[in-house]
This record gives sequence, structure tokens and C-alpha cells, in this order.
Amino acid sequence: MSIERTEKRLGAGLAAPALLWTGAFFVLPFAAMVWMSLGHLEGRTVVPGPDLGTYARIFTDPSLYKGIRVSLEITATVTVLSVLLAWPLAWIIATRVPARWRRLALLLAVLPFWTSYVVRSYSWALVLGEKGVIMNALTGLGILAEPVQILATRAATVIGFTHFFVMLLTLTIYSNLVQLSPNYARAAEDLGASRWQVIRLVILPLTLPGVMTGAFLTFVLCIGDYITPQILGGNNELSLPQLIMLQLGRRGDYPLASGLSVVLMVMVTLAYAACARWLKMERV
Amino acid sequence: MRYLSWAYLAVMFGFILLPVAVLVVFSFQDGRLPVPPFNGPTTEWYAKVLGDRDLMAALGNSMLVALLSSAVALALGFLAAAGFAQTRLPGGALMRGLIIAPMTVSYLIIGLGLLQMFNWAGVRPSLMATGIGHVVINLPLCFAILSAAIGAPQKSALKAARDLGAGEAQVLLLILAPMIAPSLAAAFFLSFTFSWDEFIIAFLLTRFDVTLPVEIWSMLRSGLSPETNAVGSLVFLVSVLLVVTLELALFRKASK
Amino acid sequence: MTADVEIRAVEHRFELFTALHRIDLSINAGEFVVLLGPSGCGKTTLLSLIGGFLTPSEGQILIGGRDMTHVGPKLRPTTTMFQDYALFPHMTLRDNVGFGLRMRGMARRARDAKAMEMLAMVGLDDKAGRKPHALSGGQRQRVALARALAAEPDVLLLDEPLGALDLKLRRQMQDELKSIQRRVGTTFIHVTHDQEEAMAIADRIVVMNAGKIEHCGTPEEVYLRPRTLFSANFMGELNRLPVRPDGSGVASPLGPLPVPPSEGILCLRPESVGLTGSFSLGRARLTEAAFFGAHHRCHFAPLSAPDMRLVAHLPQGSHPEIGAEVELFGRDPVILPEAA
Repeated sequence: MSIERTEKRLGAGLAAPALLWTGAFFVLPFAAMVWMSLGHLEGRTVVPGPDLGTYARIFTDPSLYKGIRVSLEITATVTVLSVLLAWPLAWIIATRVPARWRRLALLLAVLPFWTSYVVRSYSWALVLGEKGVIMNALTGLGILAEPVQILATRAATVIGFTHFFVMLLTLTIYSNLVQLSPNYARAAEDLGASRWQVIRLVILPLTLPGVMTGAFLTFVLCIGDYITPQILGGNNELSLPQLIMLQLGRRGDYPLASGLSVVLMVMVTLAYAACARWLKMERV
Repeated sequence: MRYLSWAYLAVMFGFILLPVAVLVVFSFQDGRLPVPPFNGPTTEWYAKVLGDRDLMAALGNSMLVALLSSAVALALGFLAAAGFAQTRLPGGALMRGLIIAPMTVSYLIIGLGLLQMFNWAGVRPSLMATGIGHVVINLPLCFAILSAAIGAPQKSALKAARDLGAGEAQVLLLILAPMIAPSLAAAFFLSFTFSWDEFIIAFLLTRFDVTLPVEIWSMLRSGLSPETNAVGSLVFLVSVLLVVTLELALFRKASK
Repeated sequence: MTADVEIRAVEHRFELFTALHRIDLSINAGEFVVLLGPSGCGKTTLLSLIGGFLTPSEGQILIGGRDMTHVGPKLRPTTTMFQDYALFPHMTLRDNVGFGLRMRGMARRARDAKAMEMLAMVGLDDKAGRKPHALSGGQRQRVALARALAAEPDVLLLDEPLGALDLKLRRQMQDELKSIQRRVGTTFIHVTHDQEEAMAIADRIVVMNAGKIEHCGTPEEVYLRPRTLFSANFMGELNRLPVRPDGSGVASPLGPLPVPPSEGILCLRPESVGLTGSFSLGRARLTEAAFFGAHHRCHFAPLSAPDMRLVAHLPQGSHPEIGAEVELFGRDPVILPEAA
């Protein structure tokens, strides 16, 4: 047997456990879910398909397809808002803050990133509630006569999400910014660019990979999250993950929950296809 | 421009740190509601939390699941990364893609799929099932971090070790693992945090023995309470200590 | 488009150490000057000061007679070619080269025409629509040059631009830089640590060490008549003999030598030692020889000081034999005081 073949066997042998695990506990469950989505519920028992009844229901029942729209709207708002807020933050930390304070500033800017997801949403419920800190301050200062309801509206969900994803994007954009040679900005300035032109024409385009990586992660994590809308958004309008969990709890409607999950999966895949070009963009 | 920068920095720090600050401050609330006005400090809620059996049990469960699932994910990721570094495998890109794939899928979908498969197979929801799910989400992470750490210098060191007569296990344990030790630590730490914090998979795949996020979740059902603040603050404190330790231990060393 | 540069008593301190100690230097308009020295000698700091990326702690910098000490890089009549080129990876070559003109508000059509002209000068006009990552190292270097020159600077600053290229390509680019500089007439100030590169391109070489100028002169002057031991050493290989005055000549380990009396180190380049010359170094035995193409590189042990080694370049046609005893001669001797 040739040396190359021995090496290949060895390599494949080392990779095998990981592949088997992923196959058994990721691919197989996913296939099971797709198969389940092709069945339907009669009474409390699942009748195996294949039929497309579940998908027909998802795209004709307003209470279901509205969930898709709600999720997409929230996710789009959060992604755009987070990028707009995070870019200047990352840029200020990377270029304006003196070098010795930089790591500390970054650590502070993403500190709550490391706390429990459930606790973070709960904290925002504390802050945004009718008796919470913000309403107290606003009514106390006489800016508002009456507390305004934010909690249990979409605004609360968006604020909670944006809080988390600003931190995530600050991390990805910051790491992109510090990898850029300082000579890019110097060269542009040397050739007569104003400070604003340096940012707009050179630095901003060069951070697109970091922005797109962060935006894609934001999209995936945001559209599939159940906790934040459940704790902060209430039950007035349901996002897709809330709908999925509702099917499991109420009637044990596994086919519908699976069908909605497949739809969720398709949306994430489409987002990936849209971003793939940027996620792989080579840096010169 | 300079003042604008500092103002923006201050506003964003305020936005980012506000909820955590409120959480911690009102965990010391002397009263039944963690909202203003602040009635003065008390540590009674912390005492209550530390005496709460369910919470402490959940904490232990979380620790167990996080440690074991991260260890398994790290081992599998390390072997796979080493395997792909050895040689070009036929269909390598496809296999890499397969290992990485769970990273781009919502946890909800992974949890739901496992729940249904376990139902079919007659496996009861348990900490074990949760741990299996956590390995699925952390394996791609470990694989990606470790693959990135194995560059040209590591590959030639592996060749040199084999040339000098080292066996495969020796090559992996004596050469590769020490060379990428910081990345191994980082991958383990990240996996641990993600597992420690993970809610939806644990929620779907546990029933009687639950993990900490699931236990906190059930506390939320009874509304706002300084006790929840106290738990949250403790969890936050632990994470911050971990992050700061890692920062000091790993990044300082790397930057020198 | 060219201007002279006047550096007056410039001193530059970073937090803990002084990078430049009171430097004075005049550079004529249209001159090709090379700042040469080992890393950390202050040559890149000096270039950054001329380019406006640093402000000197003390002293003045004049370009074309105007005081530029406190003017930013944007408003200086200088452009810099960076060591890593800093080509904008998201722009085509045409847009990279036209960037300076765009900043000046030139309309697209006009600046594209000018960019194409500059790209043609460096032989890359056929690749104008490509992006930098599609180019080889040498091509990127050419684009960086075109971009810097398109802005029509009076002074072009080059920060080790050939460092990343392999030897053969470096020699070729040296010739190209030199001929382009002659054509455009712009003042070039070029930083390098490679003394052969310096000699190949410079009108004048400024040898720097530890924040000071050691020697400033034409390549011949700096190589053949170095002013300090440091620059003599840095410019190339050297045989060093400690000498002291003795009558009308000097005393050396090889015995008395008929050179003007002086105390210090007698420096002889390997090519100034051979079988003929202006004064005898006494008899020596050949211990090692290697053929280098243009010459034989030989080690000799003088009979009067058998532990010493003299390196000599003997011509191609000579057939040195190990162990042979010959009489060695020297020429072009330089005696320099030992470094303090």
C-alpha cells in the first residue's frame, strides 16, 4: 500500500468520529423532521405521509404565514439597526481609543454578551416594564405624563435583540478593523482624502467581510430565537419560533412544528446563499 | 469629531451595560419587586438562592452537561481537525461542510429534530440527551477553531515527528496538542459557555432534571422577583470571572 | 514637478528613546537619494517626518522652500509608496491609480485617461480593470508606484518598496525605478537596508546609524572613501588591520606598510587585495578558495601573522591552489579612527 493511501486512511479514520456524530445526531434528526413534516395529525396521532398538506396549511392559514412575516420583519430591523449602531462603536474603539485602553474598552462593550441569554432578556423586561427604570425616569423628569407600554410589544423584542447583536457585530467588525494595515488609511490621506472620505471610500468597503459575517450570524440567531420574543414581545404577535413551540405544547402537532422548522431552515439557507460571496471574500 | 466619538462611546456603553447594571442593583432590593424605588440593600435574596435546592441541583446539572459535552466536542473536533490536516481527503470539502453545517442552523431546529428522533427511538428526555445536542452545536465550533490553528508550521512539525519515528497517538498528543494548546483552551472555554448558556435544546430535551437556564426560565413564569435578579447576577459574575481569567491567561500571553 | 527638501536640525523622540538626533540634510530637486541603514537606525522615521505622518519634536522640514513641519500628509507635495503597497483591494487598478486625482476633484473621464497613462508607463495598462489580488508582487509594486506618481508629487517617498520581492525581480525593479525617476524628474527619497540596492539606484546615499547620519555622498564616495568605520563596514566586506604611525608609514600586524601615517584601522576591500597593487602586504599562504563566477574568493593567512585571515577577490583567470604561498599587494587604502 502506498504512503499516500496510508495517510488518507489515517486522516479519514481521525475524521470519522466527528462525521459519525454529525450524521447520527444532526443529519438523521433533520431527515426525521423533514419526514414528519410530510405527515399530518389526526386526533392526537401522527399519520405518516408523504403529503404536502402541512405546507399548504402554512401558506394559506394567516395565523401561520403571518408568523413568517413577523419574524422576517423583526430580523431585518434588528440586523440593519445593529450594523448601524455597531460599526461606529467598533471603529471608535479600534481607532480613537488609546491603544492601552483598547482591550478594556472592547471587553466592556461586549461584557453582557457572556451572560446567560435568558437572564439578559429578563433584565430588559426589568428595564422596559411599566414600573421599570426607563419609565420611572421619563415620568419622573416630566418628559412623559403616563408610562407608555413598551414591554410586550415588538419594540421590546427589537431592543432586546439589538442589544445582543450590537455586541456580536462590534466583535466581528472590530476584529476586521484591527487586521487592516494602517497604511490603507495613510495612503488615502496622503493622496488627499479627507477623514470622512478615508472612512467612506476605503475603510468601510474593507470592513464588508466583517459586517457581512456579523450580519449573517445576526440573521441566523435572531430568526431562530424563541426566548427574546417570548419574554419581551409577549403574545400579541407571534414570531416563527414562538409558533413552532406553540404547536409542540398545545396539541403535540409535530408535523406542523416540523413543517414550520423546515421553512425556517430554508430561510436561513437562502440568507447563507446571499451572503456566501462575502463570507468567503479573500482579503488582500 | 473627537467629542462626538466620546459621546457616542458613552451612550453605547450606557445602552449595553444598562440592563446588567439594573439586574445587579435590584438583586439587592429590600422588597418584593425589583423595580424603582430602590429600598436599600439586602442580601436576603442571595441567601434564598443559595438555599434553593432546585436551583443548586440545576446548577450542578448545567456544570456536568457543559463539562462533558465540551470535552466530547473538543476531542471529536481535535481528531477531525488533525485528520483533515494530514492529507487531502477525497470529498474533503463535502465532509468539512458536513461537520461545519450545524453552526448555521438554528438551535431550535437541532433540538426539535433530536426530540423527534429520540421519541421514535424510545429515548426519554434527559441530561444525556441534552448533552448529545450540545456536542452537535459545539463540535463545528471546536473543529473550526482548531482547523484554523493548524497551519504550515504545525503540519511540518507533524511530518518531522513522524520522520523521527513517533507513532500516530504520540504525534497527536506530544506534538500537535501542545502546539495548539491556546486554541484548545479557547475552543473548550467557548463550548463550555455556549453549553452553559444554552436554553432551547435543554428545554426540549430535559424533563425532570433540568439545566440552569431552564430552571431560571421556570422562575420567570412567576413574574419579576429580586430572587431571579440574584440568580442572574450570580450567573453573570461567574461568566465575567471566566472571561477575565481567559483574557488575562490567553490573550496577554499571546500579545507578548 | 519636483522640489528640493531641506531638513534643519530635526530631532525626533518617541516615548522612551530618541529616534533621530539633530539631523541636517539637503536634498536637491530631481535627486534620487537613498536612506541606508540597519533596522532601527531612524531611516523610516525620517521618511515619515518628510511625508507628514510624524511631526518632529524639534527642527524644521522645508519642501520647495516652504516650511512643511506642521502640515499634514494630505496637503504636502509628497506621496508615499508604502512597504506593503497599501493598494485598496476593493478597487480596480484604474481606480487605485486615479484615487489621488479623484480626491482633487478631477472628473472621471480625465482621471481615467491619466490613470491609463500612468499604468502604461509601468506596463500594466492591459490589466487596468483587474483588482490588486489578481497581480503578482512585482506588478503590485508597479501599481503602487503609478498610484503615487499619478498624484504628481514634487517628492516621492519610497519605504523599502522592493523588500518583498525576490532577488532577480528586485534587480529588475531597481533599473526600472531609476529610469522612471529620470523620465519624470521628481525627487525620489528611498529607504532600504540593502547596500547593493542603494548603490544601484542612488545619486546620493545617506548612511544612517543610531539616529545619526554617518556619511552622505555618491555611491563611489561612500564605498571607496567611507568616512566612518560603520559606513565602511555597512557598505561591504572589509579587511581590517589596526595600525599606528611609524616614521613615514604605519606599523601593522603585517609589519611596516608604506601608507600615510595615521592611527586607526586600515580598511581594504577584498577586491583591493590581490597579486598586484600599490604596496606589498608581504607573503601569505592560501587557505581556502571558492569560485564566485566573476571572481575567486580567497582566504589568505599572512606568514607574518598566521592567525589572521585576509579575504581577497582574485580574477577569474587565476588558478589559486590551496597551500600556495604568494606575495599579496594592496591598493586604495583608507585609515579610519576606531569607533568611540
